[in-house]
Amino acid sequence: MEALKQELKEKIIAVLNLEDINLEDINDNDPLFGDGLGLDSIDALELIVMLDKDYGIKLVDPKEGKVIFQSIETMGNYIKENRTK
Amino acid sequence: MRKTYINGVGCISAQKTVDTVFLEEAELNESDTILPLKIPVYKDFISPVAIRRMAKGVKNGIVASALAMKEAKVTTVDAIITGTGMGCIEDSEKFLKTILENKEEFLTPTSFIQSTHNTVGAQIALGLQCKAYNLTYVNGSVSFESALLDAKMKMEEEEASTVLIGGIDEIADYTTSLFKLAGFIKKENQSPYRVLNSTTKGAVHGEGAIFFALENEKKENTYAEVLDIEILNKLKVEVLEDKIKTFLNANSLQISDIDAVILGYNGDVEYDTYYNTLSENAFVNTPQVYYKHLCGEFNTASAFGLWVGAKIIKTQQIPEILKVNTLENTEYKTILLYNQYKGIDHSFTLISRC
Amino acid sequence: MNKGVAITGMGIISAIGNTVEENYFSLVNNKAAITSIENIPTVHKAVIKVGEIKKTNQQLADELQLAADNNFSRTALLGTIAAKQAVQNAGISSINEYRTGLISATSVGGMDMTETHYYDYFENENLVKYISCHEGGDVAHKIADELDLQGMVTTISTACSSAANAIMLGARLIKTGKLDRVIVGGTDALAKFTINGFKTLMILSDGYNMPFDNDRKGLNLGEAAAYLVLESDAIVEKENKKVLARVSGYGNANDAFHQTASSENGEGAFLAMEKAFQVANLKSEQIDYINVHGTATPNNDLSEGRAIMRIFGENKTPDFSSTKPFTGHTLAAAAAIEAVYSVLAIQNNVVFPNLNFKTPMEEFNLVPQTTLKHKNIEHVLSNSFGFGGNCSTLIFSKSI
Repeated sequence: MEALKQELKEKIIAVLNLEDINLEDINDNDPLFGDGLGLDSIDALELIVMLDKDYGIKLVDPKEGKVIFQSIETMGNYIKENRTK
Repeated sequence: MRKTYINGVGCISAQKTVDTVFLEEAELNESDTILPLKIPVYKDFISPVAIRRMAKGVKNGIVASALAMKEAKVTTVDAIITGTGMGCIEDSEKFLKTILENKEEFLTPTSFIQSTHNTVGAQIALGLQCKAYNLTYVNGSVSFESALLDAKMKMEEEEASTVLIGGIDEIADYTTSLFKLAGFIKKENQSPYRVLNSTTKGAVHGEGAIFFALENEKKENTYAEVLDIEILNKLKVEVLEDKIKTFLNANSLQISDIDAVILGYNGDVEYDTYYNTLSENAFVNTPQVYYKHLCGEFNTASAFGLWVGAKIIKTQQIPEILKVNTLENTEYKTILLYNQYKGIDHSFTLISRC
Repeated sequence: MNKGVAITGMGIISAIGNTVEENYFSLVNNKAAITSIENIPTVHKAVIKVGEIKKTNQQLADELQLAADNNFSRTALLGTIAAKQAVQNAGISSINEYRTGLISATSVGGMDMTETHYYDYFENENLVKYISCHEGGDVAHKIADELDLQGMVTTISTACSSAANAIMLGARLIKTGKLDRVIVGGTDALAKFTINGFKTLMILSDGYNMPFDNDRKGLNLGEAAAYLVLESDAIVEKENKKVLARVSGYGNANDAFHQTASSENGEGAFLAMEKAFQVANLKSEQIDYINVHGTATPNNDLSEGRAIMRIFGENKTPDFSSTKPFTGHTLAAAAAIEAVYSVLAIQNNVVFPNLNFKTPMEEFNLVPQTTLKHKNIEHVLSNSFGFGGNCSTLIFSKSI
């Protein structure tokens, strides 16, 4: 799980072009959207594609992302349970 | 009727056109077929969170518009009107390539969003939180002039007192290779690429983001007044002079009233005949100016031409590097700009000292 | 009210018909045309439904009697067909007789050709002619050529509100006396580029679009072109022209909220409608029918609905419907085809039905007109909103 969370942080920084953010800036329970990293709905769509491409998880409703992408912790848990690759 | 004044400019181009007086550091490059723009320091203008998804054209547009507004000392505008021939073509390429290479799978929205032509004007509005009139023109080499005409109409209709207009186009690798294939860009082995008296087809291409803050009031920092703009789809070279005379007459002017004419020469032997005919006949006794040897050809390169015109009026001098002929005037009061691309999208723009 | 600018001709081609008459027939007979896609090879074929014109490029080119070596994109083919109809409908024989302009709108432009031939250009010399199609103005240039129009030609691209802005600019050019006659409208063909683009935003429905329904799941894309001829009153009087209706109001504002989504309270839409009322010098209660933008995305209909309630007042909303269940969302052409539908509503005194509606949205009690309704129509308000916060409203009025 720790490895997965580390991997997610790296991917988020790369996929969302967060050039000024370091791995250690993101805590497992920090909110990713709003006050935390300041991600927005377009980032959410980018992350949905990442779930599909890298973990074989297909979301049909963008609203599902809201719950899954709360933090690195929630993302990690969701991926662990639902990944197909 | 309300008038239109250029009160601020912001020019991102292949030349050093930020924090300079007027092309004193201009460099003539006659050996490349592409003239990329000098990248400004984006971080001085755009926050890191905002910048991470922005297309090149968006970033340049935001910087150029900020410079124009700053110079005019305006913080809000009543309209944002942009022109672009190809839009943010780099992101269009990116999205299209992913569609084709990934067989329509695993596509992400960012480059699609950045590829819509109106994205520059939209993101400027978003940054300024400007809910006013917002429009984008995309019609070849009159994209910018359409924006200028619209802005002038807004003033005349008394619908606006401050309008931000700009022209944005960017170079992208694959599109460049296609343009070379189609012959729009000059062939690689023909340098030096001289714009005047060229004997080859095609043009050296460039990119830029050139913005103007227009106001209906003359101020201390005013560059020039925009008197009139006319856009014509098609024009035969034989009737060009008559059309210009009619245009000038409508503004109670004659050829002899024009203190300098700015011509859109791009070195394409096939179509520079339009400029030659004016240069050799109607305007033979008028100081003539050209500029695409400095910024390259692109759909909104004529915005660089207007920047040149505004600077000539403000500084009352024509830098040597811009001169087609050796004529000079003691005063540069009224300037005419003429541009076309491949024999279509002709525009006449008239500006004057005030 | 202000008199507005005369509309003297119109032309249209959409999924529900190849002429104005055919479109009207479909609208009053509930003949929607949302189907599986046939003309574009896409992996999403099985999942999405679109408003597609069931004619191949070759068939369209033959109708226009184009030379075999033409380089028309599908967008240009559709646009030329509609523009020619409009000019003919307005009884124009000598196009350059007056100061005549063409203000066109497109978002896709020649993308259909670019995406089809992208990697083949270097292999096949015969395809090189399509490279120039990509530039935004190519479609307008081709239409102008086919009409032999030499005057002012320009193109507007503000995503899905593009054609509304073209109509607005045309009206302004006539009102300010810069032109006497302007052909205005828009055209967009279906393309893989837009299908996939909208798919990444997750706003495509896998079924039939259901505007203003609580269970709406997104939009169906469509393709279409429509053009209108606007003429000065001087020409109308001199040539004793029949006026179909008038463009009496227009407004353009930016939501300045998000790159693709509309704000919660529909601020941009509200401002655009407010401005259109000012220009038309009309009050909201004078509107008899709203042709809403109504794309059936969760976001648009909520935002637009709120803006409408703010402008018209709670429980004071006039009959409204979205015609997108018939045609799909035709992007830059949407406001042009809906302008034609607005004029048809005025001419025939009808409100077109909002198909596929079942359940009102939980956020408010706005219920669209779901069946064809006959009543006197003096003024129609038509909304069009696009990515980038571009919001535009047009008001069409009966000519007195």
